[in-house]
Amino acid sequence: MSVTAFLTDSTLCIGCKACEVACKEWNGVAEDGFDWSGFSYDNTGAVGASTWRHVKFVEQAPVPGLGGNAGEQVSWTFSSDVCKHCENAGCLEACPTGSIVRTEFGGVFIQPDVCNGCGYCVSSCPFGVVERNAKDGRAFKCTFCYDRQKVGLKPACAKACPTESIKFGEIDDLRAKAQQRVDELHERGMDDAQLYDPTDSSVGGTHAMFIVRGDVRTYNLPPKPEVPTVYLKKAWRSSAIAAGLLLGGTLLAFLADGRDRS
Amino acid sequence: MSDSHPLHEMDSLEKRERRLDEIRRQAEQHGQLHVVSKRPEGAPFPQASPETGYYGIPLLKQPPWTWEIPLYFFVGGAAGAAAVIGAIADYTGADRELVRHARWIAAAGSILSPPLLISDLGRPERFLAMLRVFKPQSAMSMGVWTLMGFSTGAAATAFAQFVSDRYGPSLPVRVLEQAGQAASLAFGLPFSNYTGVLIGATAIPVWNRSAGDLPLHFAASGLGAAVGILELMGHNKSRALQALAIGAALFETWEGIRIEGRSLEEFEPLKHGASGNIIRAGGVLSGPIPTLLRAASLFTNERRSSKLRRLAAMSSIAGSLITRIAWIHAGHVSAQNWKLPLRDDRDEPQLDSDPPLPIR
Repeated sequence: MSVTAFLTDSTLCIGCKACEVACKEWNGVAEDGFDWSGFSYDNTGAVGASTWRHVKFVEQAPVPGLGGNAGEQVSWTFSSDVCKHCENAGCLEACPTGSIVRTEFGGVFIQPDVCNGCGYCVSSCPFGVVERNAKDGRAFKCTFCYDRQKVGLKPACAKACPTESIKFGEIDDLRAKAQQRVDELHERGMDDAQLYDPTDSSVGGTHAMFIVRGDVRTYNLPPKPEVPTVYLKKAWRSSAIAAGLLLGGTLLAFLADGRDRS
Repeated sequence: MSDSHPLHEMDSLEKRERRLDEIRRQAEQHGQLHVVSKRPEGAPFPQASPETGYYGIPLLKQPPWTWEIPLYFFVGGAAGAAAVIGAIADYTGADRELVRHARWIAAAGSILSPPLLISDLGRPERFLAMLRVFKPQSAMSMGVWTLMGFSTGAAATAFAQFVSDRYGPSLPVRVLEQAGQAASLAFGLPFSNYTGVLIGATAIPVWNRSAGDLPLHFAASGLGAAVGILELMGHNKSRALQALAIGAALFETWEGIRIEGRSLEEFEPLKHGASGNIIRAGGVLSGPIPTLLRAASLFTNERRSSKLRRLAAMSSIAGSLITRIAWIHAGHVSAQNWKLPLRDDRDEPQLDSDPPLPIR
């Protein structure tokens, strides 16, 4: 039993969506409707309650070499997005029922039999991953295939990925592999390749890393994600001051009023 | 495939594994596109870039809360402040009728709050799941326990009040009344403002940027509403209430000035668009209008003074409710701003001033 992670290498992604299909089939997730978002070949636009893996189709201004296209064509890259399984997870901290737990594999797992659908995790996820299912009422997201990992299998998306763009393994191994891969891409002239693994932010690193080319913002990956618990101290301090003022003010008002009367 | 549908419970693990292999094989054979993306000539087409993010699709999800939540914020704020007023009025020997009415308000809030909170849950029947854990790092968990303590205390106090009004005072009833009152005071203080912490410690930019202000703001709003309700119940001659209401209205005026004076992009929803207008409406009703009406009431005859105070009370109550609705609405607007979570340096006032990173 080891701490595991995903490494999604978008330089290998061909945009086939096998990960989305495998995820839905294995986990029994309902379909999203066969709609197009209007943005390239993207269906749902983002991960959500019924989209635990989501392939982004990133069309950018023509950049020779990016996405393997000729100079005059739109640059086209793909990247399979997923729950980041943060080291300091906003959803896990916020959950008032203890439904959201850290598994022995380091993933963040919502126990569906405990969740009461309060929705606080939805507003607490800095990556906009968790979503409440309107029909079911509970919050859902990637389970990191906890059931599969329990019996020693890799997550369904990683298994179904035909180009091994989605890698799964022990987290330290994967970090080393990711660095190797980025170095290799740099050697091959793709200087803009980089690893997205926000270890220096308050989320403290993730169990889902990404290799992308160019700016991470193009992939809707926040350069500096923040776990909302960093605001707790300030907010509770304000709450304590407010309580003190309310108590002191009320006491003063009534004491002064009483003294005037007597 | 129909015989061995992968979702069928009875399928063996091997079958399901074979299905994943099949998906992979299919993707290998058919998943590759052989067209490079072709575009109608001259058509404007969306592009992803560091400046526009991923087609401007918001990263954050909107809060899933419905109308019950702002109403709960309002009721809880007023009830918590009313419990504090009731307890202090009792301790300082103020008018018994004022104490009694403050207790009724707190009790009404303690009865209304749980259903409002519970009916907003996706699975209301599982409300009790919140009572399995005590989590200091979760504002929601702390809030639920505060609500439990407050509701028990406020309901017990009101019950004891009712019993002693009806059947005359007795020792056990007095003990219940005092214990309940102490609890409703202790829990009422955080209960009147914790909702500011609740939304302050989230990923929603307009809320978390206001984390240090929201509890104070909500406490003043709740106090304004509680005093307002008491005045409408006939206590519009109490000078203590007048002083408290002036304090709350002045604070809300100052809060409004602060909101208007801020220029960070995170605060846009508080100033512009529909959410900005609602914030402003709530702010004017809670701050300047009651301040002016109450100031006027100080310099006029008694009959006119009561009338002005009733008007101020109504303004504060409406302002308090509108303020809570406005903040929730602003959170929705804020979540849709795709630029904010993609900021490179969160302490930089403007995203536009960030130099775009070079793409190759």
